Amino acid sequence: MSAYAEFCARTEAIVLGASAGGVQALSELLPALPGGAQVSVFVVLHLPRDRPSLLADVFSHRCALAVREAQDKEPVAPGTVYFAPANYHLLIDEGPQLALSVDEPVHHSRPSIDVLFESAAEIYRERLLGVILTGANEDGAAGLAAVHDAGGITVIQEPQSAQASLMVLSALRRRSPDLVLPLGGIAQLFGSLAPSAAPSRTA
Amino acid sequence: MDAEISGGQAAANRKFDIEFQLLVDAIYHLYHYDFRGYAAASLRRRLRAALSRFECESISQLQDRVMREPKIFPALLDHLTVQVSEMFRDPAHFRALREQVVPFLRTYPSLKVWVAGCSSGEEAYSLAILLREEGLLPRTLIYATDINPHTLGRAEAGIYSIDRIAGFTINHRESGGTSSLSDYYTAAYGRAILDKSLRERIVFSDHSLATDSVFAEVQLVSCRNVLIYFNRELQDRALGLFRDSLCRHGFLGIGSKESLRFTSVAGAFQAFVAKERIYQKRDPA
Repeated sequence: MSAYAEFCARTEAIVLGASAGGVQALSELLPALPGGAQVSVFVVLHLPRDRPSLLADVFSHRCALAVREAQDKEPVAPGTVYFAPANYHLLIDEGPQLALSVDEPVHHSRPSIDVLFESAAEIYRERLLGVILTGANEDGAAGLAAVHDAGGITVIQEPQSAQASLMVLSALRRRSPDLVLPLGGIAQLFGSLAPSAAPSRTA
Repeated sequence: MDAEISGGQAAANRKFDIEFQLLVDAIYHLYHYDFRGYAAASLRRRLRAALSRFECESISQLQDRVMREPKIFPALLDHLTVQVSEMFRDPAHFRALREQVVPFLRTYPSLKVWVAGCSSGEEAYSLAILLREEGLLPRTLIYATDINPHTLGRAEAGIYSIDRIAGFTINHRESGGTSSLSDYYTAAYGRAILDKSLRERIVFSDHSLATDSVFAEVQLVSCRNVLIYFNRELQDRALGLFRDSLCRHGFLGIGSKESLRFTSVAGAFQAFVAKERIYQKRDPA
């Protein structure tokens, strides 16, 4: 756990990207975030674009942290999970605050994982943890590389444990991550984000 | 750990931000397009894309070309502004307009509607069709405005790729459309050309929410998924224009994920159909 502790100490925000199989993966991960954790969490999950997203409602009952659908210009709060709304890109802007866009889909996806990760990397830099999960799409590989290049921590779900492995394999091919973990390992990492595990953040 | 990487990256980001501001200023002074109040995250992303499109290694290089090659600017403007919309995007919004706003609009002998930031025109045509179905179009004038003359030209042409029509048709039906969308276009050569009778009720014109002022009194303003590209100050300015342009108790429709919550102009409006982001102008206190 000591390696984890170092990661957790500087992590201020987490970006998560998933596609096929993502709901299940998130069901395991998001409830693992301990109540009182001060991180802000941003999630892009590819979904059919014409349906209103119920993700925030579904997950808010299972999570210790507050769960919301992202609203444009909303100031980012600690201890909160934000889902990208269906058919909008979610970006992190200065402030930090949330920003939405209806720019062209990236890798046929809107919201796109790359768009979220790249914008978050610019704002949070080394204080960001990026996680790529199961999916059958190449979205996210460039975004995770941006997180890495900004000095953030990168985690990729172990391909064998992913329901669909294309997304994690594309990310792995692009840049070696700090950690390759099964879902349980990522959940454990999230579990160590309790406020007591991060005393140095206030320094 | 990684201090060197993030240090180098931080310096690169800082340079990017400085150059980014300089370019935005240069565009403003030279071409009078004001992107200074645009939300940075999206604009930055678009600029990065523009760098590779124009094969420039840095923003300074792009700025040099923008300043010396006048032909570059319209192409860059496209890159910075164009959004692809849909007809009847968010059908529930149009259903709410039809069922809850139209009854009020009916009471006016003549109607004016402002579609602000109309891009390639899908929103303006959607409203024209809705008003036609409700029997109001003959007494309506729709102002469709945008800052990009090239996009306005495309909007005015009213020609869309035929493969987009299926989606538009589904949206139209879900919005409570009382006619068939195919009544309003002619298909030819892989394109759908919208009916001239719709275009006759729409005035397409150049207008900037950042630098221009109010030009007419209107009963309805539709400005959807435009405010998300603005920072709060520019949002306040745009919403101020809408407030001043709307008649007493006039209506404002914004995008389904936009909100007046974070603006200083929020008090000028009250929610009319909150879920569909339709607001009504409030009487001044």
